[in-house]
This record gives sequence, C-alpha cells and structure tokens, in this order.
Amino acid sequence: MTSMTFAVVSRPIPPRAPPPKLRRPLWRLLFGDALSAAITLGTIALIAMLLPALKWATVDATWHAATPSACQGAGACWAFIGAKLRLILFGLYPPTQQWRPILVIAITLLMVLASLSPRVWGGRLALLWGGAILVMLTLMYGGFAGLAFVPTSKWGGMPVTLLLSVLSLAFAFPLSIALALGRQSDLPVARGLSILFIEIVRGIPLVAMLFVAAILLPLFLPAGWTIDKLGRTLAALTIFAAAYLAEVLRGGLQGLGAGQAEAAQALGIPYWRMIWRIILPQAIQKVIPPLTNTAVVMVKDTALVMIVGVFDMLGAGRAAATDPAWPAPYTETYMFVATMYFSICFGITIYAQWLERGVRKRSHG
Amino acid sequence: MKLRTVLLSCVAAVGLAATAIPASAKSLLETARERGNLICGSSQGTPGFGAPDSNGYWRGLDIDICRAVAVAVFGDKDKVQFVPLTGQQRIPALQTGEVDVLPRTFTWTLSRSASGIDFTTPNFYDYTGFMVKKDLGVTKAEDLKGASVCVQTGSTTEIVVEDVSRQYDLGLKTVVFDNTQGTRQAFFSGRCDALITDASALASVRATMAKNPDDYIIFPATKYMEALTPAVRSGDDQWRKIVFWSIEALEEGELLGITSQNIDSFKDSKDPAVRRFLGLEPGLGTSLGLSDDFAANIIRQLGNYGQIFDRTVGKDSPLKIERGPNALYSAGGLMFPMAFE
Repeated sequence: MTSMTFAVVSRPIPPRAPPPKLRRPLWRLLFGDALSAAITLGTIALIAMLLPALKWATVDATWHAATPSACQGAGACWAFIGAKLRLILFGLYPPTQQWRPILVIAITLLMVLASLSPRVWGGRLALLWGGAILVMLTLMYGGFAGLAFVPTSKWGGMPVTLLLSVLSLAFAFPLSIALALGRQSDLPVARGLSILFIEIVRGIPLVAMLFVAAILLPLFLPAGWTIDKLGRTLAALTIFAAAYLAEVLRGGLQGLGAGQAEAAQALGIPYWRMIWRIILPQAIQKVIPPLTNTAVVMVKDTALVMIVGVFDMLGAGRAAATDPAWPAPYTETYMFVATMYFSICFGITIYAQWLERGVRKRSHG
Repeated sequence: MKLRTVLLSCVAAVGLAATAIPASAKSLLETARERGNLICGSSQGTPGFGAPDSNGYWRGLDIDICRAVAVAVFGDKDKVQFVPLTGQQRIPALQTGEVDVLPRTFTWTLSRSASGIDFTTPNFYDYTGFMVKKDLGVTKAEDLKGASVCVQTGSTTEIVVEDVSRQYDLGLKTVVFDNTQGTRQAFFSGRCDALITDASALASVRATMAKNPDDYIIFPATKYMEALTPAVRSGDDQWRKIVFWSIEALEEGELLGITSQNIDSFKDSKDPAVRRFLGLEPGLGTSLGLSDDFAANIIRQLGNYGQIFDRTVGKDSPLKIERGPNALYSAGGLMFPMAFE
C-alpha cells in the first residue's frame, strides 16, 4: 500500500452578484396585468374626484379679505383662519398677555427637543421637566410680580392642548410604573388593586370619564367646594393615560425574563434599586414603539375635552367658526385644526422611528 | 414603615383639608365681592347669545346679562369671568356653585325649577320654527304636506315635529341626525325640505351657513313659546333679586327711553319714574345691597335692552332677528319691566 497524502485546499466561492434590477417600462408597471390596470384607473379616478376639492382649497380660495363679506367666493375662505388665528391658537387668553402662552409653547418645544436623545434620560431630566412644568403653569396663571392673574377658564387653544398632553403623560407615567409593578407584584392587595384600577379604566370610554369629571364629580364634593374644571379634566386624562401606559409597560416587564431580577436578587441588590437600575431601563427600552403610540393617542384624545367645555385648540376653533359675520367657515377651521394636530402627531411618529433605529443599532452591536 | 408614614400623612392631610371647608353661610353677594368678580356660565359659542370675538372678548345677549349683573355689583362690566359650559354641564355647574349666574339660552321649565335652581326673569322669548327654501312657496306649518324635515335626535324639536305632523295631518318624514352641525349641513345640501329648531338658532344658522340667506324663509312651527331665562342657585333670595332687577333695569331703561348715549341728559329730569330709576331719589338700590345708581350704571356701560338686542342678535348684528315677542309690551311684545318703586 502506498501512502497517499491529501491536501485539502479550500477556495471560497466568490459571492454571486445580485440579480440585475428588473427595469420594466412604466406602462407595463401601470397596465401590465388586469389588477395593475384596475388599480391605476382607480387611482386616476380618485385624483379626478379630489380635483374639485383641491381647486376649492387653492385656486378658488380667498386668501385675503378686508371684511368678512369679501369671503363669499366659491372657494375656501382661508382669510377667516388669518382673522381668527389668535382665537384658535390662544383661545380666550387676554391679547395683551399673549406672550405668555407663546413662551409656554416655546418652553414645551425646547424641553421636548432637549429630551430627544435617550442618552440624557434620567433623574435629572425628570427634575428639569418638573421645573419646566411649574414654570409653565405659573406663567399661565400669573398673579405675581406684575403679571396679571389669568384664571383657567380663560386658557385656551394650543397651550391647553400641549399642557393637557404633556401634563397628563407626565403625571401618568410614574403612576403607570407603580401600576405595572403592582400588577406583577407578589403582594395580593397591591396586585388586586392594580388589576382593578387598570381594568376598570380600560373598560370605560374616555368620554364617559370626562363627563364624570366635569359633571358628576362636583356634585359629590361637599357644598362650597369646587375643583377647577381644567384640573378635573386633567385628572381624568391622567387616569386614562396611566392605565394604558401601565399595560404597555407590563408588556416590557414580561418580555424581560426572570433571569435579570433573579440575578440581581442573588447579588443582594435591594428591590427598589433593582427596579430602578436594572428592570425599568430595559423594560422601557423594549416598549418604546407602543409608548410613543400611546403618546400620539393621548395628544389626539385631548381634543375630546371640547365636549366638557374646555377651550382646547378644537374647541377654540369651533367657537371661532360660530362668528355669524363670516360665511360658515367650518370646513376651513376643522382642516386647519386637523393640520395642527397632524404636525404634532407626525412629529412624534418621526421621533419614534428615529428612536427605534437607535435601539436596534445598539442591540445589534 | 415608610409606607405607614406616607399613609398617615395622607390621612392627616385629608383631615386638615376637611376642616378647612369654608362655611357656606356667607351670602353670594359677599362671596362675590370678596372674590372681586362675578363668575358666569356661558356657552361654548352660540352666535349672538354668547361667543368670544377674535380677541377672545365675550359678546352676546346672554353675555351682556352677566355684564349687567357685574355692573350692579362691582360697577364694572368687565369684572366678570366666563366659564364655558356644555348643555349637560350647565345645571350641575349652577347647583354646585361653580358659577354665580347662568344665562345660557336656558329655557324656563318646571323640572328645571324643581332641581335646586331658581329662574329670574326671561331675557329672550323663543319659539320652535321651520326654515325652508323660499322657492318652495311654503309660508306656514300647515303647508308642509309630506315634506321631509331635518331634525336633531334627542331634542325637544323631535317631539314638536311629531305633534305638528299629527295636528295638521301632514305626514312629515323626519330625517334624524345626532349632531347639530350634521343636521344643518344636511339641510343646506338638500337632504330635506325643511329644518326645524329654535327660531333664534334658525336665524343664526341662516346667517352663517346659507350661501345666500335671502333664499330662505323662517316661520313658527307651533303656537308655543319658550322663555330663555337666566337662572341662579336656589337658597339665596338676595342674589336672585339682584340678578332679577339687573335684567329689569335694562328693560325699564328702554321703556323710559334712556340709552347709553342720552343718559346724561336725564340727570335734571323732573319725571319721578326717571329720578327713581337713575337713583336720584335714594333708597331703591341700597335696599337690595347695591348702590342707588346701579341701574344708571348698567345703562351707561351697556345700554338698555333694545340697544343690547340690536347689537347682539338684532338689526345691527349679522343675525338680524326681529324684535317680535322680544319687543316691549308698549311695542306689542312680551317684555314687561316691573316698577322701579
């Protein structure tokens, strides 16, 4: 037997080039088969149907009108929005004090911009938010250092929409953490109460809660006691947001796995420290997309406060549109208000996408 | 242990708050004077009756009732804070003392009278009306045979349509909507022949929503009339009288021919009625806990009822509601000031 030597030579196969992109001519893309043709024709028909609306909103529209009666054309009366912009954006706030709500909007925007990056999240930022909220509220109230006192019944428009959204989410978040932890807790009373609270609130429509806060609650209070209407509304929104945020957070807690908590306990880390440093940061990171979704929903839900007589952006817009001097500019008003809400909510969505990308990048390397 | 401290301090805080409950024995006049302004329930925007203008300043017929009371109590028509209320909220808001006065297109009914609130005196008489296109050639309810009527569900007008239809055997077809705006838009888009609601609302709907208001005609649906009346919380007679006489002052001013422009020419008047009204003869206002010239101040700052009517809902406003039942009795209407004696 002669011995043979074998040499194993490995020669990696070079990766194949990706298949050339199929470039179909446009007409084939649009009318290639029956389905494409139907979709294309349908889209064209839809655009054709929308053309009059587009014409109404642009070509035929009245952009400037010296007097309300000049707005009698066939098109949209955007001049009305210009004339009523102050009322829609700032509600009944005294015009001479208008810089205060403007400042409040600016502070909100600054604070939101400052807290965009997850790297700055933490106790210090929470304190900063607390301070900012206090500053905003005192700015709106006034009544000190020469600032005229402005009761909440005069607050309105954009600042109210922003304040209600920010405050309800800010107050609801700690509450929701407590509820989510309570629901996971081993203590039967804490667990029972948390479940009861969450399920009751989730089982009641927000509209019903607003009605209870605005109409029934004052009747239960002792005679001579009234709680500010805006405060009552805020309380209802906060409770509502807390229940939903708690369920979102529970998802994060459950997705975490018991190993993290068990390891911390084995190392002798005290319960609250474990929650604060180990459990919550990971759990929250897991649920950023549903959290932002809840935030968007809450911003839009603040529009419901109109039904209990709070002049938020929608309420102020509707009150503006009742001015009999103008020719029924309801459509224009609602479209304008919708645009404002869209820009706020779309902003949150873009931010959420950016956050998610960041989280994915970190978890992949 | 920590939890117990927290709980204990919570209990203590609640206890402290409970002992701090103010005694409600104080009269509303004293409470309002201490507070420094009047709190008035308003609508969320009813054209002509109460809506903020472009600067957020409240204007309207109901609004001026509040301002008149503010003038009577504080001598200043702007010492009043308006709390926008929905239709459902208004009664609880008054019952719980959230607002001092409630003039908010509020019809005087028995069941409302029985629920802890007192009505003062009507500031507007209204009736249920139909609006139709002029070219239908219909001018009264009896002519509406077989017509379709746009109506809002849950409103008293739904019953009126039924009643009218049965009364004249008209066979009216109702097209029901669940919100005011939808009902009105449906009418103007031709969904039904007639729109039914309060006549004052019809006038404003015609003014705001019709492309050409002159194409439409409004006529009463029934012979019944409603009295829109500012209300106060029961149990404080002095306060009810103050609101009552503030409204009466507006009508008495019109009856005497005193307006915000010519009031100064009356100060040497020999007419005893004028002298009493303007507080030149002492004793009338003070008996209510007000100043003697409260009525004069109201007229000076706001004008009389006719002036207010004309600028808010009447001929000088876009609504152009006719005086009709809201004229003084001397002009064939129902407005009848009590004697300032």
